[in-house]
Amino acid sequence: MGIIDKIQTITRQAIHEPKEEDPSKLLGDSIILTQLESVVDWARKYSLFLYPFATACCAMEFMSLGGPKYDLDRFGAALPRFTPRQADLLLVVGTISHKQAPILVKIYNQMTEPKWVMAFGICAVSGGFYDNYATVQGIDTLIPVDVYIPGCPPRPEMVIDGLIKLQEKIAKEKWTDWPKGAAPVVAKS
Amino acid sequence: MKKSNTLKRLTEKFPNSIIETHSFRSDDTAVVKKNDIMEIFTFLRDDPDLLYNFMMDLTAVDYMGDESRFEVVYHLYSLKFNTRIRIKAKVAESECSIDSITSLWASANWFEREVYDLYGIHFNGHPDLRRILMYEDFKGHPLRKDYPIRKRQPLIGPIN
Repeated sequence: MGIIDKIQTITRQAIHEPKEEDPSKLLGDSIILTQLESVVDWARKYSLFLYPFATACCAMEFMSLGGPKYDLDRFGAALPRFTPRQADLLLVVGTISHKQAPILVKIYNQMTEPKWVMAFGICAVSGGFYDNYATVQGIDTLIPVDVYIPGCPPRPEMVIDGLIKLQEKIAKEKWTDWPKGAAPVVAKS
Repeated sequence: MKKSNTLKRLTEKFPNSIIETHSFRSDDTAVVKKNDIMEIFTFLRDDPDLLYNFMMDLTAVDYMGDESRFEVVYHLYSLKFNTRIRIKAKVAESECSIDSITSLWASANWFEREVYDLYGIHFNGHPDLRRILMYEDFKGHPLRKDYPIRKRQPLIGPIN
């Protein structure tokens, strides 16, 4: 008997002579019961699209993070999108000057929700050692921040740790957490 | 110490404009009167034996408390002879301006804007003397020694 005849025979048996089975076992292990909210959160936390707002030397560490050795892709946060419209994780990588602050707020407001913000490096967290006339003393004076990663620059492991903490945060989110709206600071012009 | 050729030429040509020269470890420096800088720079740039044709740097120093408070510092380089010279011009706070050298070197444009932005020294004849690093609404000149070290004036957001 050829292989085609064998397949035809098996198919015919399956359609015309079904074996009697317990109806409760009909779908086997192919169904998992859960809540829609947690499924959506699970999908979101493993498909973060980054917007790297890279302004200073921390960007070097960000590059190593995207490279094969540390490979942020393992956590589902691989693709940098260079338009805020397509991104949901704003990485503020480096020092933000007061002159630049309106641009950062604009970028944040242009991102579609849900969106998260990571302050990457001590300058973005608190201004770092740039306690001077030119530097924003922490980006949380302008936009809401979800994860703070100190270090000058932070080790890639610290950023991965921060990303995992962000994922844990996303996993606990509720429908009602969104939308959060525009940044509390109003940009002039 | 033996005077370098450039400094010798310079003091011979402008005996009344040069206040002081020194050449520590062959680092030629001349302190000049600010009203004569255009003639001095034109000479340094165009003289066939000097040809300081490259304006490398232009900055300023605030000596607060001194009689003439500011000093504008120019660094020139001769691509042909591989020599360098530093020219310093004293600028008093009472008449806080100096001639612009953008007509001699176009590259001086942004340097002069930077000095204007951070020190508040005006450059007469500059084509576009605006702030370059700080924003337009910024009050004062932050690298002046009397700018309060804790003073903050953010463009947006809270003062922190």
